[in-house]
Amino acid sequence: MMLVLLIAIPVVGGLGAWAAARWGPDGSRWVSLAAIAANLLLSLALWAELLQESSSGQWLAEFSIPWVPQFGIGFHLALDGLSLLLVVLTQLLGCVAIVADWHEAPERPAFFHLNLLLTLAGVTGALLAIDLFLFYFFWELMLVPAFLLFLWGGPRRLQAGVKFILFTQAGGLLMLLALLGLYLIHGQAAGTYTFEYTALLGTNVNPTLALWLMLGLFAGFAVKLPAFPVHSWLPDAYTESPTAGAIVLAGIMTKTAGYGLLRFVVPLFPAAALSFAPVAMGLAVIGILYGAWLAFGQTDIRRLVACSSISHMGFVLLGVFAWNEVALTGVVVQMLAHGLVIAALFALVAFLERRTGTREIARLGGLWSTAPGLGAVALFFALALLGLPGLASFLGEFLILAGAFSKSPLLAALAASGLVFSVIYALWLVQRTFQGPNRAGWRLADLAGHEAALAAALVVFTLWLGLFPQPVIDTARQALRNLQGYAAGAAIAPQPTAGTLARFIATGFGDQSGRPRSEASPGPSQIGGHATGCWQPNLRSSRAPALARRRQGELL
Amino acid sequence: MLHLLWLVPAAPFAGFVLLVLAGHWLSRRLIAIVGVGSVGLSALVAAAIAAVFLSLQPPALAYSQTIWTWISVGRLRADITLYLDALSLVMALVVAVVAFLIHLYSTRYMAEESDFRRFFAYMNLFVGSMLTLLLADNFLLLLLGWEGVGLCSYLLIGFWYTDPANGRAARKAFVVTRTGDAAMLVGIFVLFSSLGTLRIQDLMARALQQWGEGSLLAVVAAALLLGGALGKSAQIPLQVWLPDAMAGPTPVSALIHAATMVTAGVYLIARTHVLFSLAPDVQLAVAIIGASTLLLGGLSALAQSDIKRMLAYSTISQIGYMFLALGVGAWSAAIFHFVTHAFFKSLLFLAAGVVILSLHQQNMMYMGGLRRSLPLAFWTFLVGAASMSALPLVTAGFYSKDLVLLSAWVAPVGGFWLWLAGTVGALLTSLYIFRALILVFFGLELQQPTPIRGPAATIPLLALAVLSIVGGSVDLPRTLGNPPALTGFLQSSLPGEPWLGVGPQTEVVLQVVSSLVALLGIGLAFLVYARRPEPSWEARALAAGAVCFWHSGWGFDWLYDRLFVRPFVAFTSWLSRDPVDWLYNSLALLGQASYGLLSATESGRVRWYSAGIALGAAIAIAIGVFV
Repeated sequence: MMLVLLIAIPVVGGLGAWAAARWGPDGSRWVSLAAIAANLLLSLALWAELLQESSSGQWLAEFSIPWVPQFGIGFHLALDGLSLLLVVLTQLLGCVAIVADWHEAPERPAFFHLNLLLTLAGVTGALLAIDLFLFYFFWELMLVPAFLLFLWGGPRRLQAGVKFILFTQAGGLLMLLALLGLYLIHGQAAGTYTFEYTALLGTNVNPTLALWLMLGLFAGFAVKLPAFPVHSWLPDAYTESPTAGAIVLAGIMTKTAGYGLLRFVVPLFPAAALSFAPVAMGLAVIGILYGAWLAFGQTDIRRLVACSSISHMGFVLLGVFAWNEVALTGVVVQMLAHGLVIAALFALVAFLERRTGTREIARLGGLWSTAPGLGAVALFFALALLGLPGLASFLGEFLILAGAFSKSPLLAALAASGLVFSVIYALWLVQRTFQGPNRAGWRLADLAGHEAALAAALVVFTLWLGLFPQPVIDTARQALRNLQGYAAGAAIAPQPTAGTLARFIATGFGDQSGRPRSEASPGPSQIGGHATGCWQPNLRSSRAPALARRRQGELL
Repeated sequence: MLHLLWLVPAAPFAGFVLLVLAGHWLSRRLIAIVGVGSVGLSALVAAAIAAVFLSLQPPALAYSQTIWTWISVGRLRADITLYLDALSLVMALVVAVVAFLIHLYSTRYMAEESDFRRFFAYMNLFVGSMLTLLLADNFLLLLLGWEGVGLCSYLLIGFWYTDPANGRAARKAFVVTRTGDAAMLVGIFVLFSSLGTLRIQDLMARALQQWGEGSLLAVVAAALLLGGALGKSAQIPLQVWLPDAMAGPTPVSALIHAATMVTAGVYLIARTHVLFSLAPDVQLAVAIIGASTLLLGGLSALAQSDIKRMLAYSTISQIGYMFLALGVGAWSAAIFHFVTHAFFKSLLFLAAGVVILSLHQQNMMYMGGLRRSLPLAFWTFLVGAASMSALPLVTAGFYSKDLVLLSAWVAPVGGFWLWLAGTVGALLTSLYIFRALILVFFGLELQQPTPIRGPAATIPLLALAVLSIVGGSVDLPRTLGNPPALTGFLQSSLPGEPWLGVGPQTEVVLQVVSSLVALLGIGLAFLVYARRPEPSWEARALAAGAVCFWHSGWGFDWLYDRLFVRPFVAFTSWLSRDPVDWLYNSLALLGQASYGLLSATESGRVRWYSAGIALGAAIAIAIGVFV
């Protein structure tokens, strides 16, 4: 029931904020802050309670009622250590998003806060849903209010918003196809059609088909993450959305993608994910470097921060496909760290923009002398951005690289070189805004009360996660072990090398079993009419283990 | 007493936190008390711990103290654990004491600075990080200190942030050292993934067990760690940042860029000496890099006119000696040279600081004749210069440099050449430092200085001058009949004394040679530079070219600018509009174009519609008939 509350409170709070607008803009702000703060306390209480019972079971809390039983759809929520941490982060950053814009009265505060809270509810739902249909439902649900948030954005908001929605919808469509495919295959094999996550785990899918389904699912998450070739919606979206929207998009929504990769892509299709791993890790490394290079070339502070996000989420992708305990723990830490740091940076950019009216790097400079407090906090988060040891993101990156190194030394070494480039853009940002001569003669007010409180809280959390991460790691441990257990069928880890990577790309991402592609991959026309004739999951499934072995033999 | 070890790094960190959080309400006096006092406490505790550690019976090998578990994931485990053995004790003690003296000096040097609090906060953070780096038990904690000192170096080089040149120097330092650090990080991954732990002592023990001499993994790991050491210690090819780092306040240059941080690379190699012994090729590379760097630095120092840049190149050169010693397996000789270098180089910087502060001038060409008006600076600079030139018998530098040269002589591969490089370097050392002494303190007085007074300035100078003279007595050579105390003490951490096989006659001969070389250099300096204004040979075209080349640091900056900086800036500015986005934009354009095409067909003209219907019908019939 607690889980339903976690989703219901923001919805009710959003409606309440809508109603509270009659008491002025502050009314809806206070109501929404109260709702999210209550949700934060609730999730923290859950955490505190669950820390005490060191259960090794699958879920820490669960809620299930049938929804559309004819199609095997259930309203099934469940919580484990992984989702718990991300739920806590979601509520925390929700508070940050509301406070960051505190004195910036949006034009229609009621509707703004309704959308903000509905987005948060959607994200929380997606993190808790364990029925695949329900997950998809929340996944799409959070897009609509998130898109509407663009209404309060910058001058090119419409273009950015449409770009955002087109990219994510395209990815979401592929994801839906993949989910339906898995649903049908499982239903035919088992006789009962269900979207239940635990039931679908371990479904025997023929390897080639599994690869395509996995790719469909991967596409949905890769867009949201974003991974390298599908990242280009991000700089526009983060730059043109309002500050609260950017914090929600970058800090929270991207985490659902990382979560989805962890929870669904690899456990549902372990063998396919394993064979795809070299490509995914390669894309991740390209993303890490590309994002850093892109960031350095930007002239708008917010865009610079946005591009750095591509780089940091590349580490998440790298860690997921390295798929060992060290790397996966690193992924969790990195997601939390990135959420904190990116939210803080967007908030700081907002503070700066409010004071100077510009985000153009060239127009700023020398602000340290006039606003040393703001400068110190900005320096702190720039250092967190470049991965200074002792701060949260270093730990995430270290663990991911350490885990990835045992899988692919070359790719991990390349990714490590990204640390040099992150220094370049982060220090350049500090130099051009806070250091150097104050040419424009800015005289700014230093951090105000609520700004200082917000900054201090984020500084404390970043330090805490960097120096005392063990409670977080302990919370996630069992959940990650479970995920690894689901995927254990394909646990004979091949050592991907540059050679296999090249072979993957040459053979069109997989299909290493030597059969012609046309036979195995069903075209869209085949899915409709002749399901049994073309798919034959029952027949193929008996061949699947042998094929998987052959594939692995080839890889090794 | 040993259980107070945590206080050694914690006290400066506490000072930093206090200054950051409460410094706003503190008076300058209180800020100074917190800033200096925290480091003083750290030095006191370190000294007491050293006394206890030395007096333990039976002699203790190591002491470690776990403060809390940092992370533990699977087999990856890193604690906040301090590890004290002979090596870390010696280095931590020297660092804490020198840091205390320099902090004390800073209260005078920075007295007119408006941002007093920020300066001491950064300095305290630096000392805490440096001591963490030295006392770290595992590589993750070592990285914390390692990057922490790098950060403080960045912050303090760019302390006067309104000048963009200072910011550039600061970023250069951070980026260049981070390049080495990225290599080091990969080296740590190599060690961790093949040996399964992050604890340095365990790693060394396992490497010894599992890897043979010259095995590939050992070579790769050592080479990658060397990358980090080269960056931090400003050795070829990553030495370019150190001369520019002199943009920071002089006490910073003395503490970070001479005495302590830049020797972190030496510490790293000494700490992992087992690994380097397993990779003889890499170890030889260390020796060769050290030898070439000491020559490069020495020649560049000779061509500088800025007193701090001269000292910076001199630091590069002296660390080259330490690398030379490491490369020939004389681990304790490298540490000995670190100790004496910490004393005499910080003394030189602080004396130079007095000159700079009293003249508001760093260019030695505009100085002169200051020996009467600034007697304290003169005498202490003279002591420092003598010690660095290794003036025989009476200075600390003589004993440490002598040990390094002796070890180079007996090196199995290329020993003579390494020794020769070191000896030529010694000649250069005395030449350039006495050139500086002559330019600054002799000749005509060009500018009237305002003398710097006060105990805060004089006490550190006097203390370091004494240490620069008597500091060598901790390790007197066998030829003087004493047992080498420091080397003996370090044996438990750094075994091996390669010079043991040398006969006493050879040793005496080598000592006499190096003494003569030092005296020759000093004499040459007086001969060439005492005649003002311009030494004649520097005016000749060829010599002027060489001087210009050395002055620019052998063109490394020029080369790196062309090789890395400009291509990177050009590439990123081309990339900044995200070429991948063109792909999607062209999709959108395609959509727009086809929309235009299709909407043009909806013209409202009946003939076009009927023609369309007829054409469509014809195609449909054709398909029906022929397919």
